[in-house]
Amino acid sequence: MAAPSPGTHTRPADVSHQFETKEQQREAGTLGMWLFLATEILFFGGLFCGFIVYRSLHGRAFELGSRLLEVRFGAINTAVLICSSLTMVLAIYSAQTGKSKGRIITFLALTMLLGLTFLGVKLYFEWYHDYLEHIVPGFGFLNRPEWGSLSPEVEMFMVFYFFLTGLHALHMVVGIGILSVLSVMAARGRFGPRYFAPLDISGLYWHFVDIIWIYLFPLLYLLGGRYSLRGH
Amino acid sequence: MAGQEHEHLIPLKVYFAVFAALILLTVATASIAYVDLGGAFNSVVALAIAVTKMMLVVLFFMHVKYSSGMTRIVLFAGVFWLAILVTLTLADELTRGWTPGGAAWNPSVLLPLLFHLR
Repeated sequence: MAAPSPGTHTRPADVSHQFETKEQQREAGTLGMWLFLATEILFFGGLFCGFIVYRSLHGRAFELGSRLLEVRFGAINTAVLICSSLTMVLAIYSAQTGKSKGRIITFLALTMLLGLTFLGVKLYFEWYHDYLEHIVPGFGFLNRPEWGSLSPEVEMFMVFYFFLTGLHALHMVVGIGILSVLSVMAARGRFGPRYFAPLDISGLYWHFVDIIWIYLFPLLYLLGGRYSLRGH
Repeated sequence: MAGQEHEHLIPLKVYFAVFAALILLTVATASIAYVDLGGAFNSVVALAIAVTKMMLVVLFFMHVKYSSGMTRIVLFAGVFWLAILVTLTLADELTRGWTPGGAAWNPSVLLPLLFHLR
């Protein structure tokens, strides 16, 4: 029939027909994920923007609200997520360098385990204790005398806290779901030096969720005038 | 460009160095929060550390340092549009008290002011 299109003879077997080279195929996948992440920046950006506005209007109340959070849990969870980002890149590195599928699965499982640790700390040590301390808006939120007339704004801080950390936690749950699919793919021997795009692209998502927390930690936990707590 | 599939292989020691830096910066930011740097400067330091940590993750873990211009444009566009969102919103919120009489953006105050009515 028709003459073969240019480039057909040079295209490797594992390159889809719409791409000329393996490099172009890989680049297209990465770019697609970055486009999605750009929309995610603005998805979280709306909440961040709202937080910035309210914090600039009600600085004192937001400092009081921030002091309701425990820095140690925020810091531990930051470290946990950074560790999970490391195990994620190690999983990709193992595939790139042709290590055994057991090695890849181990690093993926460690990443999931660290993700679950983060969620466990969040759910039990933070959200559940917030509920017990009556600082969850809409679920028996109680004003405290030391807040005085600032109580509604302190409650507003907690609204931002639960929406921001809640949306972040939701992304973590999705991430763990993606990782479990990747583990099954790895167990079937799909990944190696010639093909690791799903690991690579999912890694971008996982690191993005890590970056969101890198901003949430100082914004929610640290910008609360902690230094003046010593005097109390 | 020999061995194209290995082109983006970043040495393990780079990953571990970035990891160590991220942990150190986390300890630093949590500790500095308890030191009185005068309120506003505390915020500046905390956010500067957060930006540094983000750059480390983006450049090395997300290998933007080794990626194409297209990827960088998309990343820049996302951050730039976020900056537009925050800047224009704050330009509204923070200047509301500038109109006389504390009447904010009340048209009955603003329009005569703008067009020298009455």
